[in-house]
Amino acid sequence: MMHGMGGMGFGGMGGAWGRRDNVNIDDEQGKLFDCEVVWRLLGYMAPYRRQVALAVLGVLVYTATTVAVPLLVQRGIDGYIAQGDLEGLNLLALAFAVVLAAQYAVNYGHQAVLGRVTQSVLFDLRRDLFAHLQRLPMSFHNRHKVGSVMSRVQNDVSTLQEFLNIMVVSLGDLISLAGIIVAMIVLDLRMSTAVVALLPLLVLVIAVWQRFARKAFLNVRTAIARVNGSLQENIAGVRVVQSMNRQDANLSKFNELNSANLNANLRAMSLSAVLMPAVELFTAAALAGAVVIGGSLVFGGTIEAGVLVAFALYIQRFFDPIRNLTMQFTQLQRAMTSGARIFELLDVEPDLRDAPDAKPLPPIRGEVRFEHVSFGYTKDKPVLEDVNLTVHPGQTVALVGPTGAGKTTLVALLARFHDVTGGRILIDGHDLREVPRASLARQMGTVLQEPFLFTGTIRENIRYSRADATRGRIEEAARAVGVHDYIMSLPDGYDTVLEERGGNLSVGQRQLISFARALVADPRILVLDEATASVDTETEQTIQRALKTLLAGRTAVVIAHRLSTVQHADQIAVIEQGRVAEVGTHRELLERGGLYAKHHALSRGAATPEAAG
Amino acid sequence: MRVLLRIARYGMRYPWLLAAAWLSLILATLLQIAVPRLLGTAIDDVLARADTSRLWWLAGAIVLVTALRGVFSYGNQYLAEAVSQRVAYDIRNAFYDKLQRLSFAFHDREHTGNLMSKATVDVEQLRFFINMGMVRSGQMLLLVAGVSVVLLWLDWRLALAALAFVPLVAYRAIAVSRRLRGIWAAVQADTGRMTTVLQENLAGMRVVKAFGADDHEQAKFEAQAAKVMDSSYTAARTQAQNGALMQVFFWAATGLLLWLGGRAVVDGRITLGELAQFILYTSLLVQPIRMMGFLVNTFARAHAAGQRLFEVLDAESPVRDAPEAAPLSNVRGEVAFEQVSFAYRAPGAKASENAHGPSGDAANGAAIGAAGFRPALRDASLRVAPGQRVALLGAPGSGKTTMVNLLARFYDVTSGRVTIDGIDVRDATVASVRRSVGIVQQDVYLFSASVRENIAYGREDAALDDVIAAAKTAQLHDEIMALPQGYDTVVGERGMTLSGGQRQRLSIARTILLDPPILVLDDSTSSVDAATEARIRQAMENVMRGRTTFVIAHRLSSVQGADTVAVLERGRIAEVGAARDLLARGGIYKHIAELQGAPTAAPGPSRAGGAG
Repeated sequence: MMHGMGGMGFGGMGGAWGRRDNVNIDDEQGKLFDCEVVWRLLGYMAPYRRQVALAVLGVLVYTATTVAVPLLVQRGIDGYIAQGDLEGLNLLALAFAVVLAAQYAVNYGHQAVLGRVTQSVLFDLRRDLFAHLQRLPMSFHNRHKVGSVMSRVQNDVSTLQEFLNIMVVSLGDLISLAGIIVAMIVLDLRMSTAVVALLPLLVLVIAVWQRFARKAFLNVRTAIARVNGSLQENIAGVRVVQSMNRQDANLSKFNELNSANLNANLRAMSLSAVLMPAVELFTAAALAGAVVIGGSLVFGGTIEAGVLVAFALYIQRFFDPIRNLTMQFTQLQRAMTSGARIFELLDVEPDLRDAPDAKPLPPIRGEVRFEHVSFGYTKDKPVLEDVNLTVHPGQTVALVGPTGAGKTTLVALLARFHDVTGGRILIDGHDLREVPRASLARQMGTVLQEPFLFTGTIRENIRYSRADATRGRIEEAARAVGVHDYIMSLPDGYDTVLEERGGNLSVGQRQLISFARALVADPRILVLDEATASVDTETEQTIQRALKTLLAGRTAVVIAHRLSTVQHADQIAVIEQGRVAEVGTHRELLERGGLYAKHHALSRGAATPEAAG
Repeated sequence: MRVLLRIARYGMRYPWLLAAAWLSLILATLLQIAVPRLLGTAIDDVLARADTSRLWWLAGAIVLVTALRGVFSYGNQYLAEAVSQRVAYDIRNAFYDKLQRLSFAFHDREHTGNLMSKATVDVEQLRFFINMGMVRSGQMLLLVAGVSVVLLWLDWRLALAALAFVPLVAYRAIAVSRRLRGIWAAVQADTGRMTTVLQENLAGMRVVKAFGADDHEQAKFEAQAAKVMDSSYTAARTQAQNGALMQVFFWAATGLLLWLGGRAVVDGRITLGELAQFILYTSLLVQPIRMMGFLVNTFARAHAAGQRLFEVLDAESPVRDAPEAAPLSNVRGEVAFEQVSFAYRAPGAKASENAHGPSGDAANGAAIGAAGFRPALRDASLRVAPGQRVALLGAPGSGKTTMVNLLARFYDVTSGRVTIDGIDVRDATVASVRRSVGIVQQDVYLFSASVRENIAYGREDAALDDVIAAAKTAQLHDEIMALPQGYDTVVGERGMTLSGGQRQRLSIARTILLDPPILVLDDSTSSVDAATEARIRQAMENVMRGRTTFVIAHRLSSVQGADTVAVLERGRIAEVGAARDLLARGGIYKHIAELQGAPTAAPGPSRAGGAG
């Protein structure tokens, strides 16, 4: 509850969600019923209100049929059997059959409808979460680990599924409780009073029990979260674990967490197992009451024997709904937490939103202008300050400078992963913030330092979002970057399925495929983010040839480590400590004798292997 | 069935707990059967014998019997849970340990999310099965058996009518169980695929955004989510139908009883109290019938979950200690690759690791060249004297990383052998080989723990001074001291984020602390700036002295100071020799050297001059 949604508010990305993220696994709350969560969840059910209404109607009819059965038994005993009326008994049996047929149809029907609704709601939730995640800016994704976001979309949504199921069952339980009370009152007021009088007592017992159980169940959930956290970390870091021979140490640590979980569970069970006998005892007490009161009444001729039998049947089901509701206690608690977490994520505001009047970027020529651009990930630490740079259409600019100088940030701003905090970036004179992101992304290609591929065939990966790319186009791109022959050497060629992130290819091959992907996208502006760093000389030679073709007629911003890339650039921008220190061609900068020239001289000296040997 | 039996065997590890659970279950059930008898007696007393004197006694007996039964059912519930929780505990430990011991080949293939879902969802399903299947289902059977005996004893003809539904229910249960098994497997598979789409989308968000591929990704996700929706709905509907049918079976029995029993009462064959007893006894069966639906589902899910779990638990790592393996000791650091060939499983080949099982090496060898394998290393031979420094140079995929992976025995060679001090690494214990080879890996993984714990990851008992010394050598000490809690600052997934360069140096410090006789540096300076790189390089000079070192070089600058350079090309060692000789020879190396005019064109601040 300390992290309850009301108090912390939904909005702040760096706020509640940021902090919460860090304490993720231990952060469990004990709320049983969170009105806000339930209300919003009901909102998700709104589109299916007709089905829900139908299902509720079904529940009512179903309850009526189940409540009717003991009544039929009572009628049978008192009305026909005791009177020796076999004719009537035949009719009753027929009625019985009809009620059961109806019960089957309604029971199956309403559950099926609700099942459909539940799954549809979950689908809608997942769809919205996914879409929302696409809209959230890079800064969000940089800050939040894949695992913790995944767990919201996956586990929390599954938990909500349980919740919806409970809602359905509980609704049925409550209605059947009401139905049973009505039926008992109809049968005999005195006996039903005795039975119903036990109800508040049972509620009291459960209330006391919950006080103890709540803490125990909370402990269980914290314990299992720790177990899973440790497991997840170990799987992710298994290569380190193995190369450092940590298996035994890790197992004993894990064993500690695992035992703590076992003990927490046993403790919780020792408490929760009390409840069942308690409810049974209440049932027995009610039965005993029925025997004494009912027996005397039957003896006195006030009621007939069938009433007593019907009561016995009702009593056995009377406490069931209450017990069921109590058993759902943990799930309910968990569902509230999950719901709160899901809506919290959905409420994170994408701080990068298209302006309402944003007009799509028309086909561009590719002029890029940074005007007095400033940017910082946090307010107090500026990464870029007053950056000015103009790139003419078709030009290549090489960004050079030490790590942390701001090169990567500069290109991230150009791709609008973040918005500038000062100044502006113009493409063909359009301020980036005034065009929809999508229309910009379609005309800009990025090759990242670490190539990222998706599970799927190589062809799908090269084509990626350009669904209309032809086979020929894909192969042409692969040829251009020199990966075609390798792909053809695989058993399935372009239809070879890549494993998780292309794990079955080497880094270099992944890199080449990601180049081909950028080629197929055919962007006007190309950003190469240190892409050449992990590719080796020979491969790079192929790539550089391909890049020359690719760059022709395109504007390119390249973060380069290679002399040849820099030398061939139309412009070199030396970035240092968030500022553009020098701009010019290779020759100009050398002549100027500044930073660039100084470093160039040094690296020439270090370059020749003989000198090093 | 074999899967379920195997799960049951985990429960059999706790025979005493199980026996106690069963004993309390039997007693609780017997007491439960007594209640309708008491009720029926009460009705007979009142109706047939017009006697109310015993009513209070009977009422008291009902409460007493139930209270006693409560004690036993508490015991039963608790004990059943105790067994199931212990089994879950055992399986979690086994799963965890298995995962951390399976070779890289396994982890290359398995998605983290998928493994996690096995450890969470599937283990939980197995636990349900132990609880429901091994104990509570006994209550069901006992109750049905007990009630049947009593009913048959009361009136066998009526009993047959009342119990007619039992075989029907049993038949249905088996049929539905079989169907649900397939449905749950489909739900699992669909969920797995949806998870993969999500995971990759999040991990590759930069690409998604850079390509403006939101719609494409959304469509991809929705397609999978829709499949999950459909298969989950099928499961829900099947369960609903089954549950509804079971309930109708049960009530139909009551109706049949009323109809036939009513006739018997009218004929005077039984009393009204006996009929009431019959009906009340039958009503005891409502609980087992309800449970039946649940049970069927539990069995089906446990079957699917067990299969998925055992797949992992049964996976045999081909990399493990030979029976007569001895630890390497006093390693001098002489390394030799002798005609080594190796193939990773090719993309698309989906054999499970245990397919290679006990004869992993032989199977691997036989499969070389066959479809499904791509050779990463072919007939590679290299001899390195103790203390020598070797640079491995070559294009990506040429086999550099493979060579060191084989040296540290993360994989086993398919043919040839790798030796350390003349001993085949497969004849030494895996642990001792890895202790001898320190690797600074390309992907640096930090655990959610303090900086100190992360550095001391391979040597938990390391003194703080040693940790600090290692950090100093890795040029990281000053930056650690600048962190909020210094060496106690928690980093990793749930802690502070370190920069790429810091992480890499932390990984270097980690390896330094291990003090391995053989050192592998895998392109470890690729993501630090020139100034830091120069600092690391100088520090590493000291560390490398006296150790056999392999440097996986991506830039010529990494080759500096190497005694030997091995140039790899498509899995073969194309050239070996001193840099000077290779340059003179005018082969691939010279070509590379000419191409790469400079180690880095990124001019650092002038203080980076140390690089030269």
